[in-house]
Order: sequence, then C-alpha cells, then structure tokens
Amino acid sequence: MNCIIIDDEAAARAIVKQLCSKIPDVDVIEEFENAIDAIKFLNQHDVDMVFLDIHMPGFTGVDFVQTLKNPPRIVLTTSDTEFGIAAYEYEAIVDYLVKPITLERFEKSIEKVKKTLNPISNKDVAADQDLSMGEDLYINIDRRLIKLKFKEILVIEAKGDYIDIKTVKEKFRVHTTLKKIKEKLPEKLFLQIHRSYIINFTKIIDIEDNSVLIEKSVVPISRSSRPELMRRLNLL
Amino acid sequence: MQEQPNLNYVNQLSGDDLEFRDSFISIIKQEFPKEKELYLNCIDKQMTKQTADIVHKIKHKFSILGMEESYRMAVNYERELLEGRTNSENEFKSVLQIIEVYLNII
Repeated sequence: MNCIIIDDEAAARAIVKQLCSKIPDVDVIEEFENAIDAIKFLNQHDVDMVFLDIHMPGFTGVDFVQTLKNPPRIVLTTSDTEFGIAAYEYEAIVDYLVKPITLERFEKSIEKVKKTLNPISNKDVAADQDLSMGEDLYINIDRRLIKLKFKEILVIEAKGDYIDIKTVKEKFRVHTTLKKIKEKLPEKLFLQIHRSYIINFTKIIDIEDNSVLIEKSVVPISRSSRPELMRRLNLL
Repeated sequence: MQEQPNLNYVNQLSGDDLEFRDSFISIIKQEFPKEKELYLNCIDKQMTKQTADIVHKIKHKFSILGMEESYRMAVNYERELLEGRTNSENEFKSVLQIIEVYLNII
C-alpha cells in the first residue's frame, strides 16, 4: 500500500513517515508541504492513501478533498480534538488522527484503510455471518424460550449481571452480558455505541452531540464509538 | 514552577532508531525558531488570523515536547485570537522562551 503525506509542518511529516516505517506493507512514496503540489502529483500517480493535515494556510485540507474527483483513501491528521464529526462528511475520509500521533492509534488507522480497500470481501463476510444468524433470537425467561425478531429490538442495556432488551412492544430482562449477546446479533443491524448500550442501528430517529434517540429512548454515545457510528451513517 | 519540555514522545517514536531521533530533533531545532519568528512578526503587525494559524502550528511542538499544560493553554490562546482577544499572549511567549532554551541544550 503506497501513500503520500501532506503537511506544512516538517516535524509532523517526519512523525507520519517514521510511523509508516514501522508498518511492513506501507510505503511513503512522496511528501508535500502544500496541497496544491500534492494534487499535481495525484494527477500523475496512483496512490492508495493520503495522510492529510487539515489545517494548512491558504489551500486547506478541506479544499484538497473537495478538489479531487476520485480521491484516494484519506486519513486526516489534526491538532484539533473536536474535529470528529466533520471528518466523516466526505466519503474518501476513512479516519482522523489527533496529533501527536501514537503508534497504537496509527496502526488502527491503517487497518481501517485496508478494510476499505477490500470492501467486497468484507461485505461478503458480514453477509455470510448475518445469514447464518437468521432473523430471530431466543431468550430464556423463567425457563421459557421467547422468540424475538432482530428487527423488533430497539436497545439493549447492560444492568450488572443482566441486560435489558427493549423491543417495540415490551422490555425483557435476561441474565447474560452485553458481550455475549453482541456475538449473537447481526452486525448490519446492531452497533455498540457505549460500554453499556447496543442499539439497533436502523431504528435511530436522530443524533445529537453525545446521544442518539431511538423511539423514546435517549442513548449515550461514547467518544470511542462515535467514529464507527459516523462511518455507518449515510451522511448527506 | 513552569512546565518543562521533555523528549518522552520523541524517544517513544524513535525506539532504537537513533538516526531518526537525531534527524527529528534537528528538524525541530530548525523549524521552531522560524515559527517563533513568524509568530512574533504576526503579533507585531496585529495580524490576528495569521497569529492564530501559527499558534495552531506551534502548539503541536508543545505536545511533541510533552508539554500538556502548555498545549491546553495554546488551544485556549488560539481560540482567544480567533475571537479577537490576546489574554494568553504573555504566557504563550514565556513557553516559547522555555522551548528555545531547551532546544539549545539538547
């Protein structure tokens, strides 16, 4: 996987280059201190991934993204911790890294890019998994197995040694953990957005800064879950 | 006592790669004085937006050098500048001075 680095700060470019050198199959083929030179390069070369500083004087990272017709996968690098949501307004933007970037976070970002470069195989895996799960889940309530349709489940909340499963019609308390039930749920419908909450992604009514509204339930979003949630939204 | 810079992040990033470590410190030593000069120039000319831009860039050096409190101050100062205020100017200049001295001894 080849990449280029765009940042007006030499130290920032050196950091990304050093981090890339620690990942076996990532090659930095060029680096630029401004976005315009990078665009000229991209017009003549195939590039898999761009590390892009969003805050540059003159022609900014956002200008860069808007200018390219078929941009490569982009990972934003930024000193602003509050940049999260805006980062996902463009399809090409896969992730954003807050400076100073750590190796651990950098590796996660590379993994995300790799997944988007092989979207078909990933979708196939998810589809196979969902197919094998069927459309229902059986829960044990007072020695009775009750069938719940996945599409009727709204929110699942951890409650100590129990979980509460809220459906369209009623609520069930089951003796299990969030981790265990998560393994039984199809990924295309469900998403864990907080340490204590899994939601049916298709039932979201709206999203505010730190919470989602599902039917009449307001569910908190943890900071670490927000990027995945934003990635799965069909943002206009 | 005011916060002092350190090379913890740089050392972590470098690992055993001493060549990178030396080259990276050299980049900081070259880049920082230019950024400081540009900052002072922007302040002199009361170019508020440009001052905010260079503060944005310099604050990354604060975090590279492990100065978390100074970084937070710089974030606040950048916001002040964008709102037309300069309350943290002296504090910011004082951190620049500390870094300048530090870069001369490493």
